[in-house]
Amino acid sequence: MSRRFTPKVVTANLLREGDVVYLTADDRWSPFHHEAELIEDEAHAQMRLLHANAQKLVVVGAYLADARPGPNGPEPTHFREVFRTRGPSNYPHGKQADLAN
Amino acid sequence: MYSYSDFDEAFVRARVAQFSQQVERRLDGSLTEDEFRPLRLMNGLYLQLHAYMLRVAIPYGSLSPRQMRQLAYIADTWDKGYGHFTTRQNIQFNWPKLPDVPAILSALADVQMHAIQTSGNCVRNVTADHFAGAAADEIADPRPYAELLRQWSTDHPEFQFLPRKFKIAITGSPNDRAVTKAHDIGLRMVRNAAGEPGFEVIVGGGLGRTPMIGVTVRDFLPEADLLPYVEAILSVYNALGRRDNKYKARIKITVHETGREAITEMIEARFAELRAQFGGADRKLLAEIREAFAPPAFRNAPTDAYDAFYKADPVFRAWADTNLTRHRNDQYAIVTISLKAHGQTPGDATSDQMRLIADLAERYGHSDLRISHEQNVILPHVHKSDLPALHAALVKAGLGTANVGLLSDIIACPGMDYCALATARSIPVAQELATHFEALKLEHEIGPLKIKISGCINACGHHHVGHIGILGLDRAGVENYQITLGGDGTEDAVIGEKTGPGFAYDEIVPAIERILRAYLDLRLEPSETFLQAFRRVGMEPFKAALYEAEGERNAA
Ligand code: HEM
Ligand code: SF4
Repeated sequence: MSRRFTPKVVTANLLREGDVVYLTADDRWSPFHHEAELIEDEAHAQMRLLHANAQKLVVVGAYLADARPGPNGPEPTHFREVFRTRGPSNYPHGKQADLAN
Repeated sequence: MYSYSDFDEAFVRARVAQFSQQVERRLDGSLTEDEFRPLRLMNGLYLQLHAYMLRVAIPYGSLSPRQMRQLAYIADTWDKGYGHFTTRQNIQFNWPKLPDVPAILSALADVQMHAIQTSGNCVRNVTADHFAGAAADEIADPRPYAELLRQWSTDHPEFQFLPRKFKIAITGSPNDRAVTKAHDIGLRMVRNAAGEPGFEVIVGGGLGRTPMIGVTVRDFLPEADLLPYVEAILSVYNALGRRDNKYKARIKITVHETGREAITEMIEARFAELRAQFGGADRKLLAEIREAFAPPAFRNAPTDAYDAFYKADPVFRAWADTNLTRHRNDQYAIVTISLKAHGQTPGDATSDQMRLIADLAERYGHSDLRISHEQNVILPHVHKSDLPALHAALVKAGLGTANVGLLSDIIACPGMDYCALATARSIPVAQELATHFEALKLEHEIGPLKIKISGCINACGHHHVGHIGILGLDRAGVENYQITLGGDGTEDAVIGEKTGPGFAYDEIVPAIERILRAYLDLRLEPSETFLQAFRRVGMEPFKAALYEAEGERNAA
């Protein structure tokens, strides 16, 4: 039996602004982790990463990050990715402020 | 203060123009990210966790009020109204947008500043004693030498692609406030038997994943030979340095693998060749540079008002006791403005604070400002009679914290709140340590203490040389903090020793409290500092306090 694949999302930073974004199933870049496409299959993950990396004028540094299903959509599993959904903990800057409500 | 020559000005403007075009070409797709990354890094532009980050050099930590105001203007116009001063005497802006960076660099060039060589495998911003030109214990002002090194290293064709980054620190005092022993080259001014000034040359210090204290390759280098000697070191390193392995590429590894004697011989041989070639041009340049660092016109006025105020006002007295340092002119003091208000981010200043500091430097400080590697701002020359008014103005702006050299005067790197390389957060740990001990009202009783925190093994927060060092790691997906004790960044530099297993995020502040309560119990007298006590008793009592108490609690 093959090892279970940990589900992934594709994430990157916007080229111009630097903001953290996530690739959605309908090929948008969303600022919200829960809107990301949760990828459960390794081959598909590689395809989606290639698709992301091809968008050289939109994003930089695309990579696959571990995630898990949640009630509102995919959730990050590692604390680094949790921080990336919010922004820094010392100021109300970044997403936690920009996207409040 | 040194002012750009026409050459400096033209060079910086040309670089801004080049980078502006490179950004344009990246944005229109003619450059890929792989092509663009090295170009942006050469101009101090990083991509961090949540945004880009621009690192701007503050050469040897010296800043004019006009430059400080421009940093405030940049923070307001293109960032979020603040800047972060770092242990390498740089300022980092955490939120610039890529299309705005050319305009920021142009605004920096307007005040003779830039972000060149703040990244990449080149000679980085030369750091210096932040009390340069003011300290009572100083042999000579190190800034002219630092400026000479800056001019020589900027765009030096031979040293743009070194095996790895290269950091030089210089101090003009025998008491080392510039952590020279943890730099690739450390220059510490000393006198020889004849009383002439020169440098002890220390090579191969560095922190990061393989921390090392530098070794002395020359006990006494006549100051006239500085540039050819430094070039000889760089030249030997450039040839020998390990380009095959990033983790072995720093000069500390070269020194370690080659051996002190062999490398010293090679440096001396190369020096003998180079010295003749320099032919005195560097001496002429140094003489010119020196004029730019002439001391200010010190005022001669009574200081009794200061003495009276010191006696009368306990808040002022507490601040004077911690934040003032002896000036070489008895009527003057060196003022350290703490950027470590309890609960705030170490090293951050808002644009309003920057403007106020610039105003105060003009009014009370002969228009001179410094950034210290300990992430504070210095007014190096303040007449004592002005101190009460200065203090009052600082207090109003939240800049009057009386904690320099105490527990809450913490160095912390950006950690996982900003840095893409981080394995854990460091800023909130610093904030909580400061507020916790403030609530306990213990920090004055504990006395002199240097806590330094890094968010990964790169050690940007200097944790190895903290009396208490804290290193944030990722242990199986959870933040975990390793403690080191007994580190020291002065002329007696020592790398701290690990205590043992690390502590979770919510256990780290209580763990530090156990260490410090143990210290309060075992010190011989209040004047025995934490570091002295550690050197006397060693690790065991602190280990016991850290881990036995934990065992009991778990058993309970
Ligand atoms: C936020 C982006 C930063 C990145 C990507 C970064 C990267 C690094 C890396 C990779 C090293 C290890 C070098 C080596 O061992 O070869 C290092 C060391 C260091 N950095 Fe940073 N750093 C950052 C921020 C800072 C800040 C904010 C400071 C000042 C507070 C700083 C000061 C230093 C110092 C003092 C060292 C250790 C001394 C040495 O080079 O051995 N860095 N940094
Ligand atoms: S020590 Fe690590 S986490 Fe901290 S700034 Fe340096 S690279 Fe980033």
